[in-house]
Amino acid sequence: MSRLPPGRGERIDRERPVAFSFDGKRVAAFEGDTIGSALHASGRRVLSRSFKYHRPRGLLCCAGQCPNCLVEVDGWPGVRACTEPVREGMRVAHMNASPSLRFDLMRGTDLFGSRLTPPGFYYKTLIRPRRLWPLYEKILRHAAGLGRLPRRQAEREWRTEYRRRHADVLVLGGGVAGMAAALRAAELGADVVLVDDGPELGGDLLAGEGAESARELAARVRAAGVEVLAPAAALGFFDGIVAVWCQSTLHQIRAGHHVAATGSIEQPLMFEGNDLPGVMLCSGAQRLASLYGVRPGKAALVATVADRGLEAALALHEAGVEVVGIADTRSSGADEELSARIAQERIPLLRGSAVVRAFGRRQVKGAVVAELDEAGRPIADSERGINCDLVAVSGGTVPATSLLLQAGAKARWNEAGGAYLPEGVPPGVHAAGAVAGHESRDRAEISGAAAGAEAALELELGDERDRARLQLERESLSPESEPATQLVPAAAGSANGRHEKCFACLCEDVTTDDISFSIDEGFDSLELLKRYTTVTMGPCQGRMCQLPSIRQMAADTGAAVGEVGLTTARPPWSTVPMGALAGRPFEPAKRSAVHGRHQELGGNVLWAGDWRRPYDYGDPEGETMAVHEGAGLIDVSTLGKLIVRGPQAGAFLNHLYPNRFDNLKPGRIRYGVLGDDAGRITDDGTVCRLDEQSFYVTTTSSGADAVESWFAWWLAEWEMETHLTDVSQGLAAFNLAGPRSREILSALSDLDCSNDSFAYLDGKRAHVAGVPCLLLRIGFVGELGYELHCPGALAEHLWDAILDAGEAHAIRPFGLEPQRVLRLQKLHILVGQDTDAESNPLEAAMPWIVKFDKDEDFIGRWALESVNERGPENKLVGFTISDGVVPTEGAAVVADGKPVGRVTSSRFSPRLKRTIGMAWVPAGLAEDGATITLADGGRRLGAEVQIAPFYDPDQERLRG
Amino acid sequence: MSFLLTCPNCGEREVTDFAYGGEVVVRPSAKPSERELNSYNYFRRNAAGVQREWWYHRSGCRSWFLADRDTTSNEVHWVGLPGR
Repeated sequence: MSRLPPGRGERIDRERPVAFSFDGKRVAAFEGDTIGSALHASGRRVLSRSFKYHRPRGLLCCAGQCPNCLVEVDGWPGVRACTEPVREGMRVAHMNASPSLRFDLMRGTDLFGSRLTPPGFYYKTLIRPRRLWPLYEKILRHAAGLGRLPRRQAEREWRTEYRRRHADVLVLGGGVAGMAAALRAAELGADVVLVDDGPELGGDLLAGEGAESARELAARVRAAGVEVLAPAAALGFFDGIVAVWCQSTLHQIRAGHHVAATGSIEQPLMFEGNDLPGVMLCSGAQRLASLYGVRPGKAALVATVADRGLEAALALHEAGVEVVGIADTRSSGADEELSARIAQERIPLLRGSAVVRAFGRRQVKGAVVAELDEAGRPIADSERGINCDLVAVSGGTVPATSLLLQAGAKARWNEAGGAYLPEGVPPGVHAAGAVAGHESRDRAEISGAAAGAEAALELELGDERDRARLQLERESLSPESEPATQLVPAAAGSANGRHEKCFACLCEDVTTDDISFSIDEGFDSLELLKRYTTVTMGPCQGRMCQLPSIRQMAADTGAAVGEVGLTTARPPWSTVPMGALAGRPFEPAKRSAVHGRHQELGGNVLWAGDWRRPYDYGDPEGETMAVHEGAGLIDVSTLGKLIVRGPQAGAFLNHLYPNRFDNLKPGRIRYGVLGDDAGRITDDGTVCRLDEQSFYVTTTSSGADAVESWFAWWLAEWEMETHLTDVSQGLAAFNLAGPRSREILSALSDLDCSNDSFAYLDGKRAHVAGVPCLLLRIGFVGELGYELHCPGALAEHLWDAILDAGEAHAIRPFGLEPQRVLRLQKLHILVGQDTDAESNPLEAAMPWIVKFDKDEDFIGRWALESVNERGPENKLVGFTISDGVVPTEGAAVVADGKPVGRVTSSRFSPRLKRTIGMAWVPAGLAEDGATITLADGGRRLGAEVQIAPFYDPDQERLRG
Repeated sequence: MSFLLTCPNCGEREVTDFAYGGEVVVRPSAKPSERELNSYNYFRRNAAGVQREWWYHRSGCRSWFLADRDTTSNEVHWVGLPGR
């Protein structure tokens, strides 16, 4: 174990050991460790293999930013080991290496194959011979990607939730600036949410001497009532909403004001072998040492371009790590106090020097350091080797501006700060801390508090004293004295020995040579370079590679770094499981009031739109015959049901439907088909006039919502004295059909059910089995029948009573499938099945329903008039096939080898003992006895057109 | 698309509570020519700027109302029930 002596700020609890497994081997850890810190402590340096070349990679940032430590945890791929806390018994495994992490066959692509895999190699190396591409593709598909998803997943195992949160102020980033902003805004009375990606608030403060003050500040933030979401990933700005992924919830946060305190990101340095395990960011090494008490290495060489590296060297030294040297690219300008302390501690400081190579097979064994000339190029004969197992690098920092840029800010190069800083931050958004260029602890805290105050004051919280205080804070943030311009060698290489790879992008394995090569090929703007090489497109989203690739481009093209620009910032800023975006597996189902009865009766329950409905009860043919011979009962509660009431209710319906309703007598029913102003059929159903001013309208099951909304829209437009009530949910409905249905109904009610007093298309109110019902004598299924609409709460009683009373008459419940056969026999259309978005009633075999002689205008009138003038092109007709073959619904109607129509419905009728169906055919073929040809898959079928209903065309049974 | 919309009946809600009914199109008052009918049925101004449009509070009071919305910024300048 390579643990350091206990430190003050450490997060681990050395009294509480935890054990987990990595690739099957037991790893000892402490409570508070991350997988990465525990593996590093156990001496393991290689945690993963890289994307393309399968090079060994180890901890780099220790902050969840780089791609180097992606592992699989308990079957979930893509987990960052450096931030994932250890849990007892968790099973951790490596990704992207076979047969083992130690010996990976695909490493061959690095050792022998890299000449064949330049940027764009898909279209270069693998394009000839062309016919082999399918083979190449297979191999590439197999090699591409990281990790493996579980092939199967138990249904609903992965639960995610959405949450909407409205807040006054949303603070992004829980470092000192973010905490100060949240605290100030909350103290002034704002409702504040703070989001941080770390397991603990404090940001960069935690890994240094400021750990205790960070924890104290965090406690004050919570005490002030700030809602803290951590560890949580802010994914991006979406039109005023910030999406935040925290635990299993996607928080959609809409805030009046945003404070971006997203900090800065330390950058790696470019030298040969800069990806070897043991090359680590200074901040990463510091985090390992101070938060987890893990010795990052036995002998550390620090390479830096700024004071930050000097501070890190001292911190590592104090933590007990031997620092064998510091290579500082600056020959002068280092902070004098820091330099003095380094001299005092006898740490060799090599000014004007840079690391040009790290070497070692699986991890760093040493590094080559060279002096730099005035232009920043290494001087070949000044090279010297230094033995070390840790190269801690600091290539400067970049402000983490991505979220600010997504919010609408622009990034401009700031020469003094040596970074792209946000400018033109939009109203309501405030930048604070390192992202705004305020790096030091004090300045970060002041800028945070000022941002919090600004947000609160703009929300009209606080008073004059707060305004004055803000003014003072702003003044104290006047620009610092200009730091010396950093001299950063774009990509340093050793002049001696074999040329080694130097990686600008660790996610996608893009080398600095690849970038130079692509620029030579003409991809000389950053956006093009990004798309061609995929640099900045990996899991780190540019955190580790944007500045290095900009620097390389500047060096190669001779442009200034500030002229290269940044690529467009896009969400997601942090990696997020696809499941988070998909939401929870949520499949709402509607069930009727008697759904339990369907299950008890053995109903074959399937989806029908949003509804769960019985398709049959095990014997569709028998159920069909029962309706013809005795009686059947079907649950049609799914129908939409509207009450249209008011002095103008009849006129309103007259305007909506192509036929007439104002002349419908109370107690009578009429079929209606709804359309739009293009004349197309949108829905159909029956309308029963209850009394002078009230109509009961039924709609199709799937169209219930749309029809309500359609009616409400025209009511709003026409402002008629009519009121609309949707009673779909409150009422259940059953269709009792068959020649014996009259006897069953008579047995259950006092109603005179004789044909004279309760005729076809009559609607009556009556009690049936004691239940108040609206009875509609209609005939969708083609036999004598009654549709009973009753309160849902009483529906089960009614259902049972009808089945009991019908027992003597051989009643059977029937499902959707028998109903489909029965209605097809009558050529009753199903909107959406037999019609589509082009169908109008004139062509859909219902010319009689369009009343052009109506006085008033109605929806669709003008379009139907022009169809009428032109004459229909196609018609919906019935057809029969005698030999029992049933064509597939959707099969083509062909004439002269060309498709001219299609089959919309087809079934075998057990009653008629032949195949019946409906099809769209050219108007010329729409006459009784015409022969049409159906092309169904590979076969051709002859069918005969029939215009009249197949069953009971004279309606004797229906009206009897 | 994401913004807040104020229903004249219910108050401020997330836009996902509502259904969009499109820009307000005036239905011809007398029989239109084929060209007029087609432009009424199929053509929209698709303004880049403020336009009056229909909204339906589907997950609320289920009423239709009118809103003046800037299509470039989703800023809603006015909402109201028709005819008032």
